[in-house]
Amino acid sequence: MQAKVLPYLLLLPATVFLLVFFVYPFVEIAILAVTRDGGLSLQPLAIMASHWKFATALGWTLLLAAVVVPIQLAMALSMATIVTKLKTGRNTILYIFSIPLGLSDLAAGIVWLAIFEQSGFLNSMLFGLGVVEQPILFLGYQNIWVIFLAVVLAEIWRATAIMMVILVSGMGLVPKEYYEAGEVFGANGWQRFVKITLPMLRPSLQSALILRTLAAFEVFAVVTALGGTTLPVLMGETYNWQFALQDRNVASAYALVILAISIAATLFFLRVLRVPKGATI
Amino acid sequence: MAEIVIRNVAKRFGSFTALHSIDLTITDQEFMVLLGASGCGKTTLLRIIAGLETPSEGEVWIGGRRVDHLPPRERGIAMVFQNYAVFPHLTVFENIAFGLRMKKLPQAEIDKRVNRTAELMHIEQLLKRYSGQLSGGQRQRVAVARALAMEPDVILMDEPLSNLDALLRLEMRAELKGVLADSKTTTIYVTHDQVEAMSLADRISVMNGGKIVQAASPVEVYRNPAARFVGSFIGNPPMNFLPARRGADGQWQVAGLSLSGPATRDTLDFAIRPEDVEIASEGFRATARVIEPLGAHTLVTTEVDGKLFRAVLDSDLKVAPGDELRLAPKSDRIRWFDPETTLAV
Amino acid sequence: MSAAASTDVPAPVKSAHSAGRFLFWACVFLICAWVLVPIYLLMVNALSSPEQVSGFPKSGLPGFDFSSLQFFASFSGVGRALWNSVLVAVLTMVLSIGIGAPAGYALSRFEFPGKEVFRMLVVMTRAFPLPLLALPLAVMFIRTGLDDTALGLALVHTVLAIPFAVLITFSLFSAIPLEMEEAAWTLGCNRWQGFRKVVLPLVLPGIAASAVFAFTISWNEVFAAAVLTIENRTLPAFLIQNLNVSPLHLKFAGGAALVVPALVFIFAVRKYLFAMWGIANR
Repeated sequence: MQAKVLPYLLLLPATVFLLVFFVYPFVEIAILAVTRDGGLSLQPLAIMASHWKFATALGWTLLLAAVVVPIQLAMALSMATIVTKLKTGRNTILYIFSIPLGLSDLAAGIVWLAIFEQSGFLNSMLFGLGVVEQPILFLGYQNIWVIFLAVVLAEIWRATAIMMVILVSGMGLVPKEYYEAGEVFGANGWQRFVKITLPMLRPSLQSALILRTLAAFEVFAVVTALGGTTLPVLMGETYNWQFALQDRNVASAYALVILAISIAATLFFLRVLRVPKGATI
Repeated sequence: MAEIVIRNVAKRFGSFTALHSIDLTITDQEFMVLLGASGCGKTTLLRIIAGLETPSEGEVWIGGRRVDHLPPRERGIAMVFQNYAVFPHLTVFENIAFGLRMKKLPQAEIDKRVNRTAELMHIEQLLKRYSGQLSGGQRQRVAVARALAMEPDVILMDEPLSNLDALLRLEMRAELKGVLADSKTTTIYVTHDQVEAMSLADRISVMNGGKIVQAASPVEVYRNPAARFVGSFIGNPPMNFLPARRGADGQWQVAGLSLSGPATRDTLDFAIRPEDVEIASEGFRATARVIEPLGAHTLVTTEVDGKLFRAVLDSDLKVAPGDELRLAPKSDRIRWFDPETTLAV
Repeated sequence: MSAAASTDVPAPVKSAHSAGRFLFWACVFLICAWVLVPIYLLMVNALSSPEQVSGFPKSGLPGFDFSSLQFFASFSGVGRALWNSVLVAVLTMVLSIGIGAPAGYALSRFEFPGKEVFRMLVVMTRAFPLPLLALPLAVMFIRTGLDDTALGLALVHTVLAIPFAVLITFSLFSAIPLEMEEAAWTLGCNRWQGFRKVVLPLVLPGIAASAVFAFTISWNEVFAAAVLTIENRTLPAFLIQNLNVSPLHLKFAGGAALVVPALVFIFAVRKYLFAMWGIANR
């Protein structure tokens, strides 16, 4: 009867939607990146690769991900462990910890701008402590590493929460008995964390790392808010080529690069953190 | 009048066959229990009758009407679910009234029926509460009241007591039996608990591997199992089985004992219930292994001819592990099974 | 740390324990401060006059002067951008739940060939940098007249929100035992009535939470909004477009306008965050 058709009817809108607005556009990106004026051409990729900003943008993007993601992982694990240990005030603290989850990267950029700008709170504090005579221009082009540091801080500040939430819910799925068994067999707190929590948490670690690494490759608004165009990143360059330079093909070439490193990272985490069949909770 | 006729019903899930061509007739107002271990197909059969599952082949007739193509709401059934399925967002009153409102009965009639069934199930003081404020037993009562309020031709029950604790289960069992007998509905009741089945049923359908092995009254199922499976599934402890070989004299040789039996073939399985043996001078040579005093009687697990053999004996009997006993079967309680077909002979 | 060091004498277990507790709560306090102080500082700036915002040094206390916010509110294009943001977010919310929830229901209730393929399609969206979709879609929208419209942007934001909508509603529906629906069917409901009278009332709070979540995704999205809109900018697109030309107090007031609703959203859905992510993991 209708039970045979119904699921397909229910899935139809979502499937059509994803085909039209997800699958097709990505095919289009791939095509745009290797064509010029309707003909097959490697010119967009060549333009991109030979542009002086490409290498630096790629470098900064990868460096940013390489610095931010491990720190976030460590922080998120500590925060998640703290949350699971909490008895009183758990809900309040959990809410505070997860606040940045709802903030956009642009908002995070502006928040940290308030701290790092020349008349901002960091300078005010340093001045108040007598460390500096007059405010320093932290976010100028001479101080590219300070901009980088500010972006790192803003990213860690904003996006650690999402990892923590994923890990907390992952930890909630691990039955208490495993820890009790570990304790009975003589594992101390740290050993229990390394030998029980981490392996059991692999699926959550996997999705948290994939999600965060990909988002780190897409970093854009934070960088723009804090450093304008001084610190080039791939997403910013994509936006530039699309708008300022009005070349959609090169913009698509950039998109293709972001796509490629994203897929590479996804496959990497899927492989490294795979759970053997039958070893699930 | 609601006789249920199941004709040649089969159900396959992919390559797995859950039900093999079931034929069963349940007469009007009968209390039929489907009994079997988990995975035997009893719940699938019930769900097919309810219309929650479509049979791969076969027909289902309720009250002279073929219903296998109809949705549950048009079958004149009501169902009590294993986890009660009491709607959490409605009060007890609204839960019981739910089906009546769907039938668009006038409010006065709804009030009357809800109050009557609530009284019947002793939950009239709970009508304003929500499911979250009820105990498991109370939820169970709401679920039964909700089904009864529909005044259905057929009530289907899927392990309704399995989530209650032992004492409550005993109490509800007795109550259900009374209420359902008064309601004059045809009842199909699924359970894996043989005691529940024996105490409630007019007739028990013992199921195994997607087939009905035997459908008969509780005493018949117990006394005269139609197949070896029934004997080993029903009864606690279950039936004893020993291989038998026909001698030249036509007598059956069972573990050194010579017995008379049906002359069908050369080998048979001898079967006897543990309570149908007694200590005698002549009988099976049994070595006691485990003695379990159970109060009213003592369960002695012995070894007869290298095979496990249980006997329920008088609790005054003094016996210790390693003792040699002579166990004689009561001749009128001996049953014989074909070792190949496993059916009774 | 210093407290732990000062009690670093052969002490009974009890004081070592309380030192550990002190350290623990110090960590909790530090992380809370790490999260809250930057937001506080943004609010200080938003609640100060333009002169105070560019003044130096700052005291770290708000001036409780609303002229920055007033300036922001009356700045040309801000009102429109706010309105666009809300419009796009509401459209995204409606589209993603309207399209995602039926799929979530189908995944939770039926076994059917092709189910895994669909799941893969949904999970796959996570391996792709979705805001990039805006590039090719910009062309498609120009062809279909959707360019620079709220609906066009909402469609892109819906792609971002749909995987969440599907997985969250899947977990919500899965939490309602099928037995509940079956009971409704045996009590006279057809499939739709059973859904409306039994399932819907039970999942409604969760659906509302995931709708708010979809709203937040759209509210915060910058890249696609900046690429796809020119006249009808959303607030984030408006801000990023004007970053290098706007005065500091405008940036901070704008930042506050982005942050405050987000705080409210997260507060509204806090109970569901973990349930959502717990299941969305698989």
